[in-house]
Amino acid sequence: MPVDPLLEAHEVARVFPGGGWLAPRPALRAVDGVSLAIAPGETVAVVGESGSGKSTLGRMLLGLDRPDEGRILYRAADIATRDGAARRRFRADVQVVFQDSFTSLNPRRSIAGSLGVPLRHNLGLGRAESQQRIDALLERVGLDPARFRDRLPHELSGGQRQRVGIARALASNPRVIIADEPVSALDVSVRAHILRLLRDLQREHGLACLFITHDLGVVRAIADRVVVMYRGRIVEHGAAAQVMSAPAHAYTRTLLAALPHPVRPEAPP
Amino acid sequence: MTLLEIDSLSVGLRGTLLVQHVSLRVDRGETVGLVGESGSGKSLTAFAVMGLFPSPDLAIRAGQIRLDGVDLRTMSPRQLRAIRGAQIGMVFQDPSAFLDPLMPVGAQVAEALRIHGRASGAAAEALRLLRLVDLPDPAGIARRFPHMLSGGQRQRVLIAAALAMRPDLLLADEPTTALDATVQAGILDLLGRLQRELGLGVLLISHDLAVVAERCTQVAVMYAGRIVETGPAAALFTAPRHPYTQGLVRSTLATAADAKALFGIPGRVPSPADMPTGCRFQPRCPLAVELCRTAPALTPRGDVRADACWRSHDRIDAWRDAG
Amino acid sequence: MRRFLATRTGPAAAAIVLAALLLAVLAPLLAGDPFDGASDALLPPGSAGHLLGTDDLGRDIWAELAYGARVSLLVGVVTASIGLVIGVAVGAAAGFLGGWVDTVLMRVAEFFQTVPRFMLALIAVALFGPGITRVIVVLAVLAWPQTARVVRGLYAALHHAGYVDAARVGGMPALSVALVEILPNVLASVIVLFSLDVATAILLEAGLGFFGLGDPDRVSWGGMLNEAQQYLRSAWWMAAFPGAAIAAVVLGFNMLGDALNQVLDPRGRGA
Repeated sequence: MPVDPLLEAHEVARVFPGGGWLAPRPALRAVDGVSLAIAPGETVAVVGESGSGKSTLGRMLLGLDRPDEGRILYRAADIATRDGAARRRFRADVQVVFQDSFTSLNPRRSIAGSLGVPLRHNLGLGRAESQQRIDALLERVGLDPARFRDRLPHELSGGQRQRVGIARALASNPRVIIADEPVSALDVSVRAHILRLLRDLQREHGLACLFITHDLGVVRAIADRVVVMYRGRIVEHGAAAQVMSAPAHAYTRTLLAALPHPVRPEAPP
Repeated sequence: MTLLEIDSLSVGLRGTLLVQHVSLRVDRGETVGLVGESGSGKSLTAFAVMGLFPSPDLAIRAGQIRLDGVDLRTMSPRQLRAIRGAQIGMVFQDPSAFLDPLMPVGAQVAEALRIHGRASGAAAEALRLLRLVDLPDPAGIARRFPHMLSGGQRQRVLIAAALAMRPDLLLADEPTTALDATVQAGILDLLGRLQRELGLGVLLISHDLAVVAERCTQVAVMYAGRIVETGPAAALFTAPRHPYTQGLVRSTLATAADAKALFGIPGRVPSPADMPTGCRFQPRCPLAVELCRTAPALTPRGDVRADACWRSHDRIDAWRDAG
Repeated sequence: MRRFLATRTGPAAAAIVLAALLLAVLAPLLAGDPFDGASDALLPPGSAGHLLGTDDLGRDIWAELAYGARVSLLVGVVTASIGLVIGVAVGAAAGFLGGWVDTVLMRVAEFFQTVPRFMLALIAVALFGPGITRVIVVLAVLAWPQTARVVRGLYAALHHAGYVDAARVGGMPALSVALVEILPNVLASVIVLFSLDVATAILLEAGLGFFGLGDPDRVSWGGMLNEAQQYLRSAWWMAAFPGAAIAAVVLGFNMLGDALNQVLDPRGRGA
């Protein structure tokens, strides 16, 4: 790869202990020996279904969960051993957009309040500076600041809330955005708007993007590379166009077959 | 043979109609698709057929719903309850919300039978239903609690319960939206098989036009409470005529010819309190002209298709210039 | 507030609790001195100047009832408040920190929950002597585990809620996450428990009083019942009025909890 990777998972594993006293369950290796690297300006999609470990991998890359084996590297330094300044840098640089924009916004905080959290803690901005930045951020994601600043999350539509989620990720001036199913809860006609916003922002700022999704439609639309996960392991990876046109692994073929084909030849006229 | 016939149905609050003049027909052994975004009124239409509304302020304000030729609106609440479940089964997006977490799923399917007066042999019949929906090891599954099943398995259990009284009509409201892509395909395959084998009429409601177009014979597209286009699924998907349908086809990532273009319909769905006059899509429509301030009726175009657009006869792709 | 009054139990609960509060606060205005035993003993209800009659020492039952409300409510509210503070602190620490802290704190909570509350209160008061402060302390020590368990559960559930993770990614320090992001969303449920704890404490205090272990320097409803035992056949009113007062107030706080639960539980909000 021509560019040095920004964020890397190196042979990471996450094991959830088994349990159950009367009916013992074996430990679950949710993520099992996964390596992955994202470079600046690149969009990588991690595809898999629930239980494939893709979200756990995302949480580890975000520093929200610790790998039991292996390392997560940011700018070639292990995020588990980083010191104060490097830790703050990582925290601001690697941001997230969640799937469910409703549960990812504190129901008791106004939109401005939610956007203020990263401005205050990650960037250390004061109140006055924050206000200006909040307005600029709302503007950038296509929401009128005067109308939305003081609203509560439940007063917004799903698409609008997801725009707030993106603005919040953007607030920290990140280098990497990890998006966990950012559009799967949205209507088909709104999905493209949100994905386009993310892509435009990525180009503007040269962000590295990691899309976690079960939807190959999203992969078609936005990904440069694809990583297919199945039961905690990577079973296939490669350039998006190539994986989509010539899937090598049986599970990838199953995923492709599950895409809707509304104009199949055998469909009744 | 016509099973369900919705005729010029209007549903709403006092003073504000959320569903307006919706007409729809489902024959036995046919799957009809109803497509719309959140707020389009597609779910309210289904609630109206069930005679159940999420709020007491909502009611059918005009029109008729006929099941097997019988007008449901003339029935007493008691008669309606008997029909619900016995003749109409319903499947929803979130199966967990309709399953009792403290009861084995087999017992819940049997309960559905008992409620409608089939006490004898309920347990055996429940097993037969679980087998019918392709659950592996039905006897084992029947003893499990909902949390021990996967999302797809729970949805199959709910379908089994909906089929308990051998209904003629199945209403499926976003039955696969919460599920993984591969599981989704499996559930839709199952619904298709049940429709063929049991001769069910199925009304499949979804926000995803591609899914509906693949699985249905007829499709109706709703926007802001009204039907804007109807027709055979394949024709509607390959040659949509209403600008809104055209926009939906174009924005469907899984099938769009140029997915990387990331087309989305500009603007947003109007709120019920602030409906535009005339055609409700007119403020977002690139083809809108003065005439569009007058509401177009759903007008037949040829034998099988209909649309509610003044300009559809021009056969223009409304979004041909879109990036 | 409007939603609260729209619940089935809300209006009645509010009426009972308000009436009890007014009675306690305005006792000196509404009634005479409860220790003034100048009248004839055992006057039946309806006697001149003694609406609810007098007891065996010639004290006015109405006055005793009014001043007794002070003890009952004081014990109830203070006990529940202390229990609330301890319970929230312990529950939050257990749920937020997890691991061994969680295990240790929850074992301690279980220990207190498995001990029969009333027996422990009886033994403690018998050992250390009666007195309203001691009663409150003993009851509070017994009241917190339930709150702690509920708060722990809520904290554990919200630990990985989307907006909590989002705050962490936003750089918020762990302590702020616990206090600013999670706590306000937990308190709504805890208010309900508080109301139920008040009811439980009032009942336990009355029980102690009934066994003669209340504060001898104050009139209490439980103490009144204790004295009434010997006169059950001859002076029913000595037992009936304090008994009814206890029942009403306990019921009132329980219904208050019920109504608050309906209002505050998001699932209870109409779809």
